[in-house]
Amino acid sequence: MNAKLIFGIAKSLLLARLGQTLVAAVGVTFSIAMFITLLSFMNGLNDLLDGLILNRTPHVRLYNEIKPSEDQPINSAAAFKDSYNFISSIKSGISRQEIYNSGPILQAVKNDPRVLGATPKVTTQVFFNEGTIDITGVINGVDVEEEMRLFKFRDYVTAGNAINAKNVANSIILGKGLADILAADIGDVVQVTTVQGERFPLKVVGYFQSGIQEIDKVQSYASIVTAQKLMGKPANYITDIQVKLYDLAMAPAVAQEYRQKFNIDAEDIQTANSQFETGSNVRSIISYAVGITLLIVAGFGIFNILNMMIYEKMDSIAILKATGFSGRDVNSVFLVIALSIGFFGGMVGLLFGFIFSVIIDNIPFVTAALPTVKTYPVNYSPIFYFIGGFFSLITTYFAGFFPARKASRVDPVEIIRGK
Amino acid sequence: MQDTILEARHIVKEFHDPVTVQVLTDITFKITKGEFVSVIGKSGCGKSTLLYILSTMDTDYKGELLIDQELMTGRSDVELARIRNEKIGFVFQFHYLLNEFSVIRNVMLPGLKLGRYSEQEVEHRALEKLKMLGIDHLATKEAYRISGGEKQRVAIARALINDPHIVMGDEPTGNLDTKNSEMVFEIFHELADVHNQTLLIVTHDQGFAERSGRIIEMEDGRIIRH
Ligand SMILES: Nc1ncnc2c1ncn2[C@@H]1O[C@H](COP(=O)(O)OP(=O)(O)OP(=O)(O)O)[C@@H](O)[C@H]1O
Ligand SMILES: [Mg+2]
Repeated sequence: MNAKLIFGIAKSLLLARLGQTLVAAVGVTFSIAMFITLLSFMNGLNDLLDGLILNRTPHVRLYNEIKPSEDQPINSAAAFKDSYNFISSIKSGISRQEIYNSGPILQAVKNDPRVLGATPKVTTQVFFNEGTIDITGVINGVDVEEEMRLFKFRDYVTAGNAINAKNVANSIILGKGLADILAADIGDVVQVTTVQGERFPLKVVGYFQSGIQEIDKVQSYASIVTAQKLMGKPANYITDIQVKLYDLAMAPAVAQEYRQKFNIDAEDIQTANSQFETGSNVRSIISYAVGITLLIVAGFGIFNILNMMIYEKMDSIAILKATGFSGRDVNSVFLVIALSIGFFGGMVGLLFGFIFSVIIDNIPFVTAALPTVKTYPVNYSPIFYFIGGFFSLITTYFAGFFPARKASRVDPVEIIRGK
Repeated sequence: MQDTILEARHIVKEFHDPVTVQVLTDITFKITKGEFVSVIGKSGCGKSTLLYILSTMDTDYKGELLIDQELMTGRSDVELARIRNEKIGFVFQFHYLLNEFSVIRNVMLPGLKLGRYSEQEVEHRALEKLKMLGIDHLATKEAYRISGGEKQRVAIARALINDPHIVMGDEPTGNLDTKNSEMVFEIFHELADVHNQTLLIVTHDQGFAERSGRIIEMEDGRIIRH
């Protein structure tokens, strides 16, 4: 009953000053709309830029690094056990890039419940022969279907069909930059010389564009079978196992675990790409800071308007108090006023924020570096809307807090005597 | 033995700003149910100050105040607000109505706050009070669109909405012309005579005072006749 009455009084006071109320609400609307738009856009950009690398990068990569053995024979010799051994010019021994025992390891990784998927890879250096010139390049032999499922491979194949790399024998998907250098159209055959010196003809079935020019100039993709054939290796020859996890954050722990379990080198994505996370964080912090600053400014607007309203309504407050409304009631009335400005202003702000985001989402943004992107990127995460709504209420609550307290402390005797 | 509605015991009021002045000295009196009391005295003798204390709005005084035989002195803000709402009706000289509300809504507000009756009942009662004061035709008008005399009658209706133990007024006719003053006085008289309503009215109008049931005369913060 009392709450209904308080709301009724607040509503009447608000409507009596509709102009001022609207100005205050528009302030909130504007800042919330900006907040939402900014965060959506910034995070869209973040996702896009991160995606450039992160989509294509395994969360954990298992491989065998060619490096000198840590345990040199002299260290195990009993005679020199207690001495300090200096060895210079150590060379790597007959170690192979190949992952030993790759089949069982792959199976074990796939069975790990934290793993979304794991796919083998063979990487080899080759020369592409263009007339008399040899151009160095890299052929990645991949499991095309898994690569499409886990690493959005299809998105990056801008011309031709990705699956043809598997279906067409002895085929290759060239990086766009590399294809331009080789002047190779789809359907053409390019000559490749392997490290072992053998020549192979490969049919171009597509172009591939990663968004990073340097990569596109050297990288190319083929099916894992083609790559193994190229190198003259058997079907169990694998140089990398790429692992994608359900939760990216677990990558360092999983890498550590695999390193010990399989006695293999394991690199996690955080170590490989630490600079990207930093960039994303900075962009997020900037957009939050701007949004919250706008809200605080709007909060001061509400504070001012409520203060003015209280000066204007001194008589009304005195009468309410004289006729039996307590300080607490008056306090509630003004808090309700502040919060309704925040609530309605905020709701409209969220709506406008959404509309602006949609508009940005439809502005064309075509760049050769980003084949999958046609318009500016926007992230529609509902979390931004929750934060925006929450902050609009919090700011207006604080903006209303002091004016409301002042109103509740108005001494009716002073007002009535003052006339 | 008649019911005592209001009792003041040795009330002393001092202002400390900028120097201490004693405005009320040892005020002691009783008002019984159904009395129509007017308070008179020269300007500045402390009539308004006394009324604010008796109405529980001013709590900064020495002595004791009893309303309905209950001690008011030292109670909390919320309790006093509740007592004002339920037991005291007010009519001021200037401060009339809340301009954001219609006439009927103004009358209803203290009733809604009390919550003794449902909203429809409060509205019905408010309309009855307005009818009794001959202004029921104004019920739906905006409060600031009616004349001064009409406003004062609406204020009286508002004071009566919760059937208070006592109605207090600080020069309720002070701002009205003779005709309207007369009308307001008639209303008070009828309330006292017909409805046995207790009234405590501060006034400058000697004629008004003489026609009321009892006169309390003040001088320099003391009661010299009651
Ligand atoms: N806030 C205050 N601070 C100091 N002195 C005050 C204050 N309010 C009132 N006074 C003094 O108290 C005395 C009594 O004032 P009060 O308003 O009660 O007089 P009154 O009898 O109602 O006069 P009037 O008939 O003119 O309305 C006056 O001398 C006034 O100057
Ligand atoms: Mg006075």
